[in-house]
Amino acid sequence: MSLYYVQKLLFELNRDPAVRRQYEENFDGLLRSYALTEEELNAIREPDIGLLYVMGVNGQLLMHYAALRGFEWDAYIAAMRAGESRYGPVRTGLYKRAGQST
Amino acid sequence: MSLVFAGALSHAPGITGRAGRADPALRDAFYASLARMRAALEAERPDALVVIGAEHFANFFMNNMPSLCVGMADWYDGPIEDAGWLGIERTRVPGAPELSERLVTAMMNEVDLAYAQEWKFDHGIMVPLHFLTPRYALPVIPVNINCQGPPLIPLHRAWAFGQALRHACDAAPERIAVVATGGISHWPATPDSGKINEPWDRAFLERFLDNRRAELLAYGDAETYRDAGQGGFEIRTFIALAGCTEGSKGELWFYAPIPIFAVGCTVAVVRLAPQVRPCRD
Repeated sequence: MSLYYVQKLLFELNRDPAVRRQYEENFDGLLRSYALTEEELNAIREPDIGLLYVMGVNGQLLMHYAALRGFEWDAYIAAMRAGESRYGPVRTGLYKRAGQST
Repeated sequence: MSLVFAGALSHAPGITGRAGRADPALRDAFYASLARMRAALEAERPDALVVIGAEHFANFFMNNMPSLCVGMADWYDGPIEDAGWLGIERTRVPGAPELSERLVTAMMNEVDLAYAQEWKFDHGIMVPLHFLTPRYALPVIPVNINCQGPPLIPLHRAWAFGQALRHACDAAPERIAVVATGGISHWPATPDSGKINEPWDRAFLERFLDNRRAELLAYGDAETYRDAGQGGFEIRTFIALAGCTEGSKGELWFYAPIPIFAVGCTVAVVRLAPQVRPCRD
């Protein structure tokens, strides 16, 4: 798992016009510049918004990637719910850790 | 001069981006309250507006995450989100770099801060500005409290930041307005988006409006997450404002859960009382 780099990619994709251009022109080349597992690469490529959520991607990053990939708001929410049903609870990140911290 | 205005308001992107999907009566009452806040702000003729916000990975990421950061830029562009998605056109907001530098310098006597001379606004600041300074003419000084990527600043340090901000404002000749913007309970951008814990919100607001320091600082992050979602971490912005207005009471001008906005929509104003500072050598 490399949640940090999944989120870093989405952060830069959401925010950096140069990264956005690379996404449009050479998506695979862009993905290769981040240290990602096969599962992460597939989830980003597809995109499997539900799996990305279960992997622990913060919704404040994920909702913009979902919008970029054509998900309207209700479809975005439904995709996360479907991900929980299919893959189980969130594995790591804020939504897993926050409830455990003091 | 000093602090001339202090208030708190919500900033959820749905407030503008999904405006057409809300109950019109509730939405319009909320908007009217925001317009009232704008009028109250303008009546105080501020020279600058400090916005204590909690951004959402617009500028700051876990590669170098400041707990507290103050903008010191000449100008700020926003929103960083798609204008159609947010319902706010991209614009340039003037900064107040010289005043900001003086405030930062003064605050550094009391708290550790980062500063930024480059900063892009996301909905966390653009939604408040859309309602409070829709002509984008009032110089703005943004403050960010990291409420997204734990570890997060402890609540008592958010309060201490607010105190330091007040001391710095009191030492400046300008007329300064401060607003805090955050959600109370909410689960934004998650499968639970739209869930709002109204009793929790009202209990928090009661403590906030009454400026009860000990009760405000008694919240723990695990309990906040359980009862108020990850969006509840943004109470840090309210607590910073409470520290900034220590000893003053607030008035709640609007509160109503509006699920499609994904937050209990809030407008509150603090009636500023003169601060009494302990003597220092």
